[in-house]
Amino acid sequence: MAIIEMNNLWKEYGDQVVLERLNAEVREGEFVTLVGASGCGKTTFLKMLLGTESPSRGKLLLDGAPIPDQPDETRGIVFQRYSVLPHLSALENVMLADELHRHKLIGRAFGGKRKALKDAAMAMLESVGLTQAAGKFPHELSGGMQQRLAIAQALMKRPRILLLDEPFGALDPGIRRDMHHLVLDLWRQQGLTIFMVTHDLAEGFYLGTRLWVFDKTRLDPQAPGAYGARITYDLPVGDCDKGTLTAIQEQADATARTMA
Amino acid sequence: MKKLINRQPGRVATWALGLLPFALLLVVYLLASDARLEANPNDKLLPAFSAMGDAIQRMAFEPSKRSGEYLLWADTLASLTRLAIGVGISALMGLVFGIVTGTLPYARAGLSPLITGLSLVPPMAILPILFILFGLGELAKVMLIIIGITPFLIRDLQQRAREIPAEQVIKMQTLGANTWQIILRLVWPQIMPRLISAVRLSLGSAWLFLIAAEAIAATEGLGYRIFLVRRYLSMDVILPYVLWITLLAFAIDFLLARYSRWRYPWFHGSH
Ligand SMILES: Nc1ncnc2c1ncn2[C@@H]1O[C@H](COP(=O)(O)OP(=O)(O)O)[C@@H](O)[C@H]1O
Ligand SMILES: [Mg+2]
Repeated sequence: MAIIEMNNLWKEYGDQVVLERLNAEVREGEFVTLVGASGCGKTTFLKMLLGTESPSRGKLLLDGAPIPDQPDETRGIVFQRYSVLPHLSALENVMLADELHRHKLIGRAFGGKRKALKDAAMAMLESVGLTQAAGKFPHELSGGMQQRLAIAQALMKRPRILLLDEPFGALDPGIRRDMHHLVLDLWRQQGLTIFMVTHDLAEGFYLGTRLWVFDKTRLDPQAPGAYGARITYDLPVGDCDKGTLTAIQEQADATARTMA
Repeated sequence: MKKLINRQPGRVATWALGLLPFALLLVVYLLASDARLEANPNDKLLPAFSAMGDAIQRMAFEPSKRSGEYLLWADTLASLTRLAIGVGISALMGLVFGIVTGTLPYARAGLSPLITGLSLVPPMAILPILFILFGLGELAKVMLIIIGITPFLIRDLQQRAREIPAEQVIKMQTLGANTWQIILRLVWPQIMPRLISAVRLSLGSAWLFLIAAEAIAATEGLGYRIFLVRRYLSMDVILPYVLWITLLAFAIDFLLARYSRWRYPWFHGSH
């Protein structure tokens, strides 16, 4: 059965249509990359998966049931920023999920129990290459390190679905490539289902298993909000040629220019 | 030649420039005091430094003839105790109500209008009510401080709690946190350094309410003393007392700032 299923899914804010007529199924373990002009509703889509926004029409199903309308531990998320907690050290950030789970009342572990959680957290920090930074606060870390920390923190909870909203958009290209390798490795190890938004179309062409292009098929220059974006391309990654990439890029650019 | 707007004083110059106005003020006082005492040796308005020295000696280092107490220290202890209790209780209420109303929309809907209303009542106007209700004892004076600064603290901390990025609240939920855990592990620790900032801002008002209450009804305290000796035009006592109060206020503010930097490095590092 599909883990995520959309049936004629719409999202509107007042009379502005953001997304319209989305239909797709995603199976457990898929890695979906989302691209599209800015403002066409990619973040809105992730928010519906997260549960902080609800569909205006149609259905969005998780395991065949309507997706819960508030965030919970089935769906982890890494935002572009503010993802890690500034008042906790890197180690404490990664330990947090276990502490909250084991100690419902105080949300904190002490003594021998803490030691056990700490070992697990250190192992996770090592897998994202942050062993040296364990004792540091987020503001002492570079942007790339903070995002690696955010990924480590989210994965400690072992979510079934991981949502990534342009997590590496603010990073240098070289570091971005390293991060992609990291995400791919962790995805393979943990059997996650990933939805990742990126603003770099080329990125979506080699990352993951499936590429979705969000674009407006109908566009009124006088009223850019009259029609919503749809999934215009749903491609298995690895199967597309240079021509497709160029065609998608040109369409996305045209949409962006009309909406700007 | 650089434009004036681009010229920066060095370390020494900064200190010297900062001290200069104080030195000038001192000199002006000395000259004025000398001139008045020349004309009338019994003048009380601008006492000489020697007279103030005598007064300090009398108040701080000799037991009072009437009570046997060292008055300056007794007054200081009384005032600081009232200030600590008043500000402490206010901070605690600010913390609890600020977090609850800042975090839970239902609590905000229920309590915010009341808190806003209370914050608009001028505290000094209800001082007589406090004296009637609580008598002239310690409670009334502490209550004035509490009533004076608590609404500000609650409203400020409510605002600070609401400013915690939504991303972090969502993050906590995706890590499995319930509402109580979100408050305990996210909101409370992030509000603590902001509580210290808010308390530092409210200390000026706290001193104002303390001295006002002591001036009207007390038997000891820094405010009581300066209003008592005013009857005898004892500027030689009043001026050192005012200076002492200023110094205490400065020291408390300084210590709170230092404590916050030491205890919450993440807060000061990222702001
Ligand atoms: N809470 C909201 N209220 C009204 N409009 C919104 C809200 N959130 C997003 N939008 C609008 O929805 C559109 C899509 O936004 P978004 O999903 O952030 O786009 P993307 O992530 O693709 O850049 C934008 O036009 C934005 O203005
Ligand atoms: Mg976005």
